[in-house]
Formats: sequence, structure tokens, C-alpha cells
Amino acid sequence: MSAIQNGRAPTALSGDGSAFRVMRILLPVVVAASGTAAWEFVVRHFDIPPYVLPAPSVIFATLFSDWDVLWQSLLTTLLTTLEGFVAAAIGGIALALIFNLSKLVEASLFPYAVILQVTPVIAIAPLLLIYLPQQTAVVVCAWIVGFFPVLSNTTLGLNSVDRNLAGLFQLYRASRWQTLRYLKLPTALPYILGGLRIAGGLSLIGAVVAEIAAGSAGAGSGLAYRIAESGYRLNIPRMFAALLLLSLAGIVIYALLALISHLALRRWHESALGKES
Amino acid sequence: MTEAALSDVDVSAAGLAVSLRDVTKAYDNGVMALGPIDLAVRQGEFISLLGPSGCGKSTALRIIAGLTVPSSGEVRLSHHEGATLPGQGIGFVFQEPTLMPWTSVRENVRLPLKLAHAPASESDGRVIEALKRVGLAEFADSFPRELSGGMKMRVSLARALVTDPDILLMDEPFAALDEITRFRLNNDLLELWRNLKKTVVFVTHSVFESVYLSQRVIVMTQRPGRLGAEIGIEGPEPRGEEFRTSAAYVEYCRNVSAALAPSYSGKSLL
Repeated sequence: MSAIQNGRAPTALSGDGSAFRVMRILLPVVVAASGTAAWEFVVRHFDIPPYVLPAPSVIFATLFSDWDVLWQSLLTTLLTTLEGFVAAAIGGIALALIFNLSKLVEASLFPYAVILQVTPVIAIAPLLLIYLPQQTAVVVCAWIVGFFPVLSNTTLGLNSVDRNLAGLFQLYRASRWQTLRYLKLPTALPYILGGLRIAGGLSLIGAVVAEIAAGSAGAGSGLAYRIAESGYRLNIPRMFAALLLLSLAGIVIYALLALISHLALRRWHESALGKES
Repeated sequence: MTEAALSDVDVSAAGLAVSLRDVTKAYDNGVMALGPIDLAVRQGEFISLLGPSGCGKSTALRIIAGLTVPSSGEVRLSHHEGATLPGQGIGFVFQEPTLMPWTSVRENVRLPLKLAHAPASESDGRVIEALKRVGLAEFADSFPRELSGGMKMRVSLARALVTDPDILLMDEPFAALDEITRFRLNNDLLELWRNLKKTVVFVTHSVFESVYLSQRVIVMTQRPGRLGAEIGIEGPEPRGEEFRTSAAYVEYCRNVSAALAPSYSGKSLL
């Protein structure tokens, strides 16, 4: 390290940094490629039939051949996830604001928010499917699991206001609305974004759980429904293809929310600043 | 603040900026934290409240600012005639810069005006003027994290000055800074005080700082915090680095330290 720095300090250093970044991307790709190759080899070598374990090549072929069906299902699941996520975001933030304004409401309702959170959604889903139209029930499931992290993170953020800044707002006789707008919400923003990041992934899980629960009963068309349906038909390659799409959807949702969080915080918050500053 | 023995107008007429009478503060458990104290600060005066940590000097300052409600006694402040903006009467500087990290220096300084619903067109000029006074006009668009500790404190000072308050309350504002920065800010503060003719109540635990800055040093005793010895400081005007190295300054520091000693007696410093 020091030898390299002595030789050609600035370029060597930046080269070192970017080399590390390349490794961060390259290594997981190598792992994926070698894992897939080993999988392919094992399936071919032992002549395993596709209804037991399909080779990666077969899964990719299925992904292309069944693309129309899978794409429609993906859109359905993503729409459900999005609806559940937006409802969770709005509901969680709004409820946290109400809790912040009124301790009475908080004391009355918070235990039920916790109960909603700790009861496994997979156990609630069948009940919801009885009382609600299927599409609504699925969205409600996505909402239930996504909403609590937003609520608790926003509450934490709103309560993290700097004592002296609060004193300053009091000194200048800020109204409740001004204190909320200029002090509490900006303080809470990093926490809210953290909550949303968790809620994004959870909404997808909620949607999938509800689709699986609806599974045989309903006329669903989401990706999870496809997985359940393909399972009954022993169409294992399609199960894998649908699973692959679900994982990709989860990754994209997480990456998008992380990007939004980074863009919103990059000028001031520790979490979004580079090491050098 | 029960029955008013003295109205705000009377306080103003007597040439006082701040008047505290029999002010006490008790904790919720009944233990007396402060007082009773009586304090009168003349308009345009620079006084220091000096005392060990935990003697209640910050509490006294917060009571003057209205941030802490006293358990008994009355607090009177003179009001600047024609004052229209709420909070215009008082500027407060905390021990930490207490800036909003999510917004620029300009918006931080603008905050008191914004909270008073001043239109942006009017506040723009005042914000820049306040920043110029502390020598940071070119950093208006920087974010607090990009500034040094001393610069952050200057921003905090600019924010306190932006409403053109009559009274500036400062709670150990330079305690966390290195000595060189602290000396420079001391000089800047004195210059601001001379030019702007504010009343300053300065809380510190530094004997040297209190003597250098103020016209009057009031030593506080501990548990409950009470006002003890009062030492008038007559330095040359304007004060500068010569005063800091003069024999008179050293003499004052010795007297103030002697007055402060009882506050520490009979109690381990650790």
C-alpha cells in the first residue's frame, strides 16, 4: 500500500478505490456464474428430470417461452405491491403525525398497531379473503405488513428533535404547524426514508403471501399465484422462473427506495455522506 | 410571574433591559435548583453570569428567555418600541451551534424571520446583513456540516442577530471551541456589542472570558444557585488584546477567581 503510494500517489490511490468497487460488483457475478454452471452440470451429469430439478438453461428458456403470462403476472403483483406500499406510507406517516399531536390517540391506538404487526400476515390473509373482494384483500395484506415500520420509524424520527432547536422554535413563538413543517418533519425525514425502505420489501412479501393464500380459491393472476398454480401442475421450471422474477422485483424495489433516500439526504445526512467528509 | 410589582414599561423607564425579582426554580422533586435571585441589567450593559457547572446559570438564562418557567418570582424585559416581530426582543445563542443540518446557512439564519412570517423579499437583505456582520456572507449557500466549529458558532450568532433583538442571551457559546477561535470570537463579539448597543447576558464558566468581555461579572454559588459577589470591570474602551495582557486584567481575574472559590469549597471537583 505505502509502496504504491510512494510510486504514484494520486492515481494509485484512486485506482485502488475503483478496483475495490469493481471487485464489489465482479465477485457476486462470479459467484452467480459459477453456481449456475455447477447447477447446470449436476442436472446434466445425473440426468435429473426437469420436474425434479430444472437446469438453469431450462428455467431461462421457460422465462422466454412463458414471458407473456409471467409478464402479466409480474405487473399484477407489482401493482398490488405499489398500492399496498403507498397505502402503508401514507397511513404510517399520517398516523405517526396524529400520534405526535395527540398522546391520547397514541395511547388508544398504538397497542393495536403492534398487534397488527405481530400477528403473522399469513394467518390473517385467509380471513381477509373471506370478508373482502380478493384484490382488496391482497392489497390490505401488503398494507398491513408495510405500515408498521413506517409508523414506528416516523414516530421515532418525530421524537428525535434536537432539544435546543425545539427551544429556539419556542423562543420565536413558532406555531404547531411551523414546528412540524420546519423542524419535526425534516428531523424525521431520514427515519421515514428508512421505514419506507423496509416497507417496500415487506409490501411485496405481503402481496405474495395473500396471493398464495388466495391461491386455489381465487382467480388471481399474480406471480405468487403462478407459482402455486405451476406447483399443482408440476411445472417446476415455471415456478423457478416466477421466483426469479419475484426476486428481481424485490431487488429493484429496494434499489429504487435506496436511491430516493440517497438523493433526498445526500447534502446533509451522515448516512448519505462519503467517508472523506 | 404572579402579581406585577413592576410593569414592562416601568422596567424600560428605569433604563433596565432585564429585571428578575425573587425568581426561583425548583425541580419536580421539590429540590431548589435556583434562587431566589434578583437581577437587574441596564440597557446596553454586558454582564456575565459566572459559576461552576450545575450552578443554575443556564437555568437563569433560560428563565430570562422564557424557555423555562420559574417556580416563583417575576421576570420583566424592556420592549423595544415599535417591535413587530415576535421574538424580536431576544436573541439566544446556545452552547452548541444548534443549526438545522438539512438546510443552508442562509436558511438557518432566515429561520427567525420565517417563523415571524416575514416575506422572503424583506428577509433576504437582513439575512445577508447579519451574515456580513459575522464575516460569513460568502458561505450563505454552504451547509452547516461544511463549516468549522467556529464558523458554525458565527452562523448561530448571525441567526440571533437577524431579528435585531434588544437583548442577546448567550449560554456558554464558545465553551466548545479551541482557544484561538474563542479569542477571535470574543473580540468579534465585543465589536458587535459596541456597534449594535445590545444588552448582553453572557453565561460562562471561564473567569478569563467573563473578565475580558463584561462590564460586570456576577459570580453564582451552588445548590441552590444564587447570585454571589458582583465585580465591576473597568477596562479601556475599546477593549482588545492589550487589555488581555494588562496588569489590570490579571488583577481582575485574580479577584473574580477569589470570589468564585467559595462556590467550589467543601466539594470535590471530581
